[in-house]
Formats: sequence, C-alpha cells, structure tokens
Amino acid sequence: MNKPIRRVSIFCLVLVLALMVRVNWVQGVQAEAWASNPHNDRNKYDRYAYPRGNIIVAGGQPITRSDFVNGYRYKYKRAWVDGPLWAPVTGYSSQAYTTSQLESLSDGILSGSDSRLFFRNTLDMLTGKEKQGGDVVTTLNAKAQKAAYDALGSKKGAAVAIDPRTGAILALVSTPSYDPGRFAGTGAEDEKAWNELNADPNKPMLNRALRETYPPGSTFKLVTAAAAFESGRYQNIEDVTDTPQRYVLPNTNVELKNASDDEPCANATLKVAMDYSCNTVFGKIGADLGGEKMRTQAERFGFNNPGINVPIRASESFFPSKSSADGTAMDSIGQHDTRATPLQMAMVAAAIANDGRLMAPYMVDEERASNLTTISKHSERQLSQAVSPATAQKLQQLMESVVQNGTGKKAQIDGLKVGGKTGTAQHGENNAGLPFAWFMSYAKAPDGRQVAVAVVVEDGSSERDQISGGGLAAPIAKALMKAALDR
Amino acid sequence: MSTFDLSSSQTGGEEPRRRRRENTTITPQGAPNRRNTELVLLAFAVVVPMLAYANVGLAMDGKLPSGMLAYGLGMGVLALVAHLVLRRFAPYADPLLLPLATLLNGLGLVMIWRLDKAGSLLRNNFEAASNQLMWSALGVALFIGVVLVLKDHRILQRYTYISMVVALVLLAAPAFFPSRAEDFGAKIWIRFGSFSIQPGEFAKIILTVFFSGYLMVKRDALALASRRFMGMYLPRGRDLGPIIVVWLLSILILVFETDLGSSFLFFGLFVVMLYVATERTSWIVFGLLMSISGAALVATSEPHVKTRIDAWLDPMAAFAPKPPANSTEQIGQTLMAFGSGGTTGTGLGQGRSWLIQFAAKSDFILGSFGEELGLTGLMAIFLLYGLIVQRGLRTAIAARDPFGKLLAVGLSSAFALQVFVVAGGVTGLIPLTGMTMPFLAQGGSSLVANWALIAILLKISDSARRPAAEPAPTTTVDGATEQTRGALA
Repeated sequence: MNKPIRRVSIFCLVLVLALMVRVNWVQGVQAEAWASNPHNDRNKYDRYAYPRGNIIVAGGQPITRSDFVNGYRYKYKRAWVDGPLWAPVTGYSSQAYTTSQLESLSDGILSGSDSRLFFRNTLDMLTGKEKQGGDVVTTLNAKAQKAAYDALGSKKGAAVAIDPRTGAILALVSTPSYDPGRFAGTGAEDEKAWNELNADPNKPMLNRALRETYPPGSTFKLVTAAAAFESGRYQNIEDVTDTPQRYVLPNTNVELKNASDDEPCANATLKVAMDYSCNTVFGKIGADLGGEKMRTQAERFGFNNPGINVPIRASESFFPSKSSADGTAMDSIGQHDTRATPLQMAMVAAAIANDGRLMAPYMVDEERASNLTTISKHSERQLSQAVSPATAQKLQQLMESVVQNGTGKKAQIDGLKVGGKTGTAQHGENNAGLPFAWFMSYAKAPDGRQVAVAVVVEDGSSERDQISGGGLAAPIAKALMKAALDR
Repeated sequence: MSTFDLSSSQTGGEEPRRRRRENTTITPQGAPNRRNTELVLLAFAVVVPMLAYANVGLAMDGKLPSGMLAYGLGMGVLALVAHLVLRRFAPYADPLLLPLATLLNGLGLVMIWRLDKAGSLLRNNFEAASNQLMWSALGVALFIGVVLVLKDHRILQRYTYISMVVALVLLAAPAFFPSRAEDFGAKIWIRFGSFSIQPGEFAKIILTVFFSGYLMVKRDALALASRRFMGMYLPRGRDLGPIIVVWLLSILILVFETDLGSSFLFFGLFVVMLYVATERTSWIVFGLLMSISGAALVATSEPHVKTRIDAWLDPMAAFAPKPPANSTEQIGQTLMAFGSGGTTGTGLGQGRSWLIQFAAKSDFILGSFGEELGLTGLMAIFLLYGLIVQRGLRTAIAARDPFGKLLAVGLSSAFALQVFVVAGGVTGLIPLTGMTMPFLAQGGSSLVANWALIAILLKISDSARRPAAEPAPTTTVDGATEQTRGALA
C-alpha cells in the first residue's frame, strides 16, 4: 500500500502548496490593490489613528487642528480654527465623507503616509515614537482672508488675492461658506450637517473662487485692450478708436448698447473708453481683431487651460475658439460664451501688474515632516508672458485711470497705487438673472509689494439697477488689498 | 527499567551501542525514541505563543498581560502532562505531532484572546479565550485518554460496523436540530441550550475508522475482481455499491445540512482511502467524476451553495450599492485583511481584522493571522499544517498492518482536506464552506476531536516505530532483551 500512500502524500503536499501559492498571490502580488480598495475601511481608520498634520498660513498659525477623541474606531478627529473662513482653502477631512481639496491633495503629507516620509516613519517606528502627519504651509495671508470674508459678509460671491510677483495666493474666499468641522466625524449630527449642506440651494460647499466660472463682463475689456496693443493697431492709451455712436453687431441688426447713451463713447480714446467702460468700443475692437487674435491673448492670460492647479484644480476658464463676428464682439466684452473663474481674473490683474509676466498661482509653499524638516518647497514658475512689458505699462495706466477717474473710484486707497476695472456681467436666459458684480484690481505699495485681486458678487442686491461692479465689488476689493499690503 | 524514568530513557540508546562494539553479534537495534526532541520542541511550542501573548498585551495595552504567567503555566502543564504520558505509554511515537498541535493550539488561543479584546468592535463579541483554554484542556485530556485506553490501534478494527452506525447518527443528527440565523444556513451543530457541538468533527474520525475496517476486509475483492477497460480497471457492478452509498450520503449531507465542506471532506476521504486500499487509479477517476457531477447537481439546485459560489467568483459584490440577495462581505473583508497585512503584517494586536465581523474567531481566524502576522505568518502556519499531514502520512507508510496504514492515511488526508477546504475558502482559492481551521479556530468540538485525531496518529506511529518484538531472546546479551522488554512495557 505504500505506493498509493506516497502518491496521496504528494497530493496532500500539493494542497498545502496551493494554499501557499494562493496567499503569496493575495498578500504579495495583489496586496496593494486589496489594501487600497475603496471598501477597505482600514484606510479610513488609519487616517485618524494618529494626529493628522496641520495646514498652516503664512504667519505660521495653523488653521486646522487634530483633536484627540479616542473613539472606538477613530482616535483623532479633524477640527478647524475658523472653519467657514478657511473651508475654501482646506476643503474638508471627514471620517465619514472622506477628504476634499487641500486635505485630499496633501493627504499623503498630512496623514504621514507619503512615500517621502517612509524613512522617517520607519525610524519613528523603531524608536517607538508615535506616528504623526506632516504639515502643509500655505501662502495664505490670514489678515487678507479675514478682511475679504468679512467684506463679503452675507453676500454670495468669491474673492481671490495673488501676489503678482510670485503667484502666491494670499486670499481665497468663497461665500456662503460652511464649517467642515460640522461633519468631520461619523455621528448622526455629522450626517445631518452633511445632508443639510449638500441640499442647500446656495451651495455653500462650492468653492466659488476656483471652481465656479462666471461671465467676466467688463473686466474682460482689459484682455481686449491687451490684444489691441499687442496687435500693434494701438500704441497709446490716448489713441482714438474708430467707434460709431451706435454700434450694430456685424452681420446682424442687433445694436450693442452702452450703460447710458450720454457716455462719451463715440470715437473715444482707449483711456476714456476704459474709464466709462464703453461696450461699443471694446466690442468693436474685438470684432475687428477677430476671434483668433482675441483667443490667443486670452490664452496667454490663462484661459482655456484645464491644468491650472494651485494645487486644487481650478475650473477651466473659457474663451471660444470659433465664433461668428458678432459673437466675438460680445465675447470681447466678457459676455456671450466667455467664462472665467475669480482666480482667472485675478491672474489677469496680476500679469498686468507684474509687467506682463504671469506667474503660476500656487498656495502650498512648503510641505514638511512632523519634525519640521522640509519635504518639498514651491519654486516660482512663470506660466507665460501674457503681454509685453510695454503693453503691461499701458494697461496699468488704463486701470489706474479707472480708479482715479472712472467707475472704480471706490477702490482708491491712500498711499497705494491702485489700478482696477469694474464689471457687471449679465447672465441667464435673455439676461434675466441678476447681474454679477465684478471688480479686478491690483495695488502697489511704495516699497514694491504688490497684490492683485478679483472679486465677484453674485447677488449684491435684489434690485437690478443697484448692482454694479464699482458699487458692490470694489469696496470688497479695496478692503482685501488694504489688508494684504498692511504690515 | 522503567521508560517513565527520565534519566534511564535518555541513556537507553547509548547502552546497546556500546555493547555492540564489544559484541559482533547483530542485535536488533531500537530506533531512538526521540522523546527528548519532542520535549525541546514542546518548550518552543509553549514559549512562542507566550511571546505572542505578551506581544498582544504590549501592543494593545502597553503592558504585559496580567494572565500571562497563568496562561503560560497552563499551556506548559498541559503540554508536559501530554509529553509524560507519551513517554510512558507511547515512547516511540512521532516526536513532531504533539509540539505542532500544541503550537497551533496556543497561537489560536492568543488570536482569540486578541479578538476578545476588540470588544464591541466585533459584532456579538464575547469572551471566548477562557472557554477555548478550557476546551484545550479537555482536548488534551481526551488525547491522554486515547493514549492510555487505546492499547493498540488495531482494537478499533473490532468496531468497524458500530463506527459506521455512530458516524451516520452523528452526521444525520444536525439535520434534526433547528439552525440559527447566524449559522448562515449551514446545519452542522447540535444544540442544547447554550451548549453546542459540531458532530461532524467527531464523525470525521469515526468514519475513518469504519472506512479502514471495511476496506481492509474488502480491498482484495475491490482490487482484483475487476475488468480491464480502456487501460483502466473497472470494478464490478456490485463492488460499486459502497462508493455509491457514500456518495449519496455526502449529497444528502449537502442537501439537508447545506454543508458543502463536510460533504466534500467525507467523499474525498473515502475516495483517497479506496485508492490506497485497492491501488486502483480508476477509483480516483470515478471519484472525481462523481464529485463533479454531484457538485454540479447541487450547485444548480441549492440556493445556499449557489450563493457561496457567487461570493467566491465576485467577493466584492456584497459591497456594491445594491448587493445581491444573501451576499456576504466576509470573503471580501478577509481578502482586504490579507492585503492590508501584506508581507510582514501589522503586528499582533495592531490590525483591524475585527472588520471581518462574522465568524472572525472561528472559520475566518486565518484572516486575523494574515493581517497581523502577514504572508510570513501564514506561510509558517501552512507549513505547520503541512508538517502534521506529512508526519501522519509517514506514519501510514511506516505502519506495519494494513488497518493502521489505512487509518493513518485516512486521518491525515482528512486533516489535509479540512485545512485545504477551510483555508482555500477563506483565501478565496475555492468557494467558502463552513468548517473550522483545526486547532486555531474557536470551537470546542473541533479542538477536542483534533486532539483525539493526533492521539490516534501517535499511537499508530508508536506501534510502527517500536522495535519489533523478537520471536525469542536468542542472544544472551542482557541489553537487548532488557531493551525489548522495556519497549513493550
């Protein structure tokens, strides 16, 4: 009987061998896939098993916390120093509802699972030190953020401030906002808050500064003016434009109107046209230059670029590539198909203030391990040369004139050189929606410090004629610029 | 000379060798009895789980568990008593089986205690470690009982047909007891209030006794009276009877107790033993054909079995927003536990295998080992099981009587099949069946039955390795006769 017993013996060995091969397959080859499976709750628990790193603003103050709650499943819970103020920057980090925005993009550093922390983690494990996430240092200026948030108040809108010289984002405000701390846990309260926020028609969890596009309205006229100078057709801001009193859109019988017929827009100089924000002048310039030239200029300012990551990905601002002549005229005054995020318009202001050099916007300056050693540091990067320095100078003169003499007087700040442009963008079916009030501007301090901002207010007033960029958005921009350059 | 006397048995191997050098007469030389090897291995088998126990305590509470000494002492005393009984009553028994079983039992205890400590994270969690320790003690007691009472394994041959009746009763019994919701459809328990036993675990041994006795008698008829057809020896129609009966029986278990695992185990066991007894490959072909057709038949008609197969094909289906009816997260959860464990594991007490929830301490205990000890730990555990099986089969080869051979091969392959069916199911290699991991898993019946299984294997190996009694003391060398007498005592 020994021969069959030997064969049975081999058979049994094969059974055990099959098990061994199988576990090698599951725990060796497939291990990573099973470990990172979205249904694997371990990852959720791991994220809160030790203190999560903090998001820190420029002054060094953390804007997040990691509270020790010592729950059954979760040991720590995310908390915010001032949730509604900082939510557009940080996003949320919730035990039940995962993470978003910076909390999500920098999760590797914050949770300490980033591969660049591997060596340090291993060392900590060997020395028995508790694991701790690293910190993310942002470029945000707490004073500017607060000023813009307070100035927006109960209005629906967004404000962005950039340092034109570096691209560093100084403020990123979106209202109405939300407190991510309300649903950071897993309890019934958290669920209620989450459902409430998601059902809110005002969309408090939408990051309007980065992820909502609006028709930019008259603020876009600066892009049109830039194209005009760059094309060589205009050399000077005092150049007289060829504009009829009544401008009929090409190949149509639709008349493009100005805010008022009394405005001196016929054959106005570029300076006057910008001061009064003449639709006829810039509509015609755009139509005369053609869609192709306009689009090229817009793209040099960052339009049609789906890859603007700050590192939160901004929605793509849009300028159409193929449009009829009358469409191009409307596109050129920031209506029709043109769409821009508040960040995009701040980038336009920043490029103009920085003599045409458009710096890539960013908000994470440094990632560092829990022992404060630097893991990565942002290096400034030029996105494009939006316009020539000469053109930029002329555009600055136009913008400064608007604030001195034109529609943007409310943005004047003592001791600072301020340039700006208002916008009142029509939208909705037959322009039935309440117009969006825009203001984009820059301010320069005598010591060389600069700030470029864009502000949009969605629902400034229930009365149509009460809404204007100069009236509603300019004061907010002013408060923001003042705070940003305040020492 | 008493073999129970430690000092003399240690020198037992030395003495005849020295005498042989003086004397050119060839004397039958007893194999070294290896009891000291066993003692050293046992020390490891007790110390390793103790260290694991300390590891869990340090990882989860930051201090050594308070019960560590008592636990270590308990396991140590149990192992030592078992060892001393073997020294006295089965001195030539295989030296590996007892340490292997002790080690697995100890590791299982530690993991159950660790899962007890997960508290309410584990649904319906209750303290199971102390119960398991009690069952371990009972298991070792039964082990000792078997070693003491079973003077010779051939005695079992007398009970061939009684075994058959007992095994049938044990197998049929659960069908008459109501199953509970948490049993997941399988009816494999007999319950009296809060007390329950799994008769299938005992039936495994008793059925092997019956098969061995039956096949030993019938093997010649089955092997020789056959026709050659297409290169295979086909059995006569009337000899097909028993295999068809067992096949039907396993199908009945499957249908009435919805227990895929036991059904597969018993049928597989019978085919293996039939093959060993008759040395006819044709039986394997028949067996395979019958089990495939039986499985196909039942899989299409029994919803419970179909559910298991679906869960095997797509373990993550239960996590879908709209999971299919009766689907279970267990396999998916276990695979994720394995994946999170990776190569080296999270370390004892530091994993989250309580996520497996249902049956985490019993059928799915391998998931916890996989997560906390990693691939490394699982490979070691499979190696331990493989060693038990191989020592059992070695015993079968060494056994001197056909009944002993059949019994040893049956018990070992039943053990191997059970390990394969459970571990294969848990790791997603084959569809899941409700069976417990021998020695590791929570559950008294399984533990006690497997200790008895090891005891029987040890008795067979003792008689196999025992120096053959000489016809008569033909030499005048005192050592040889004395040694023989000692061995027989």
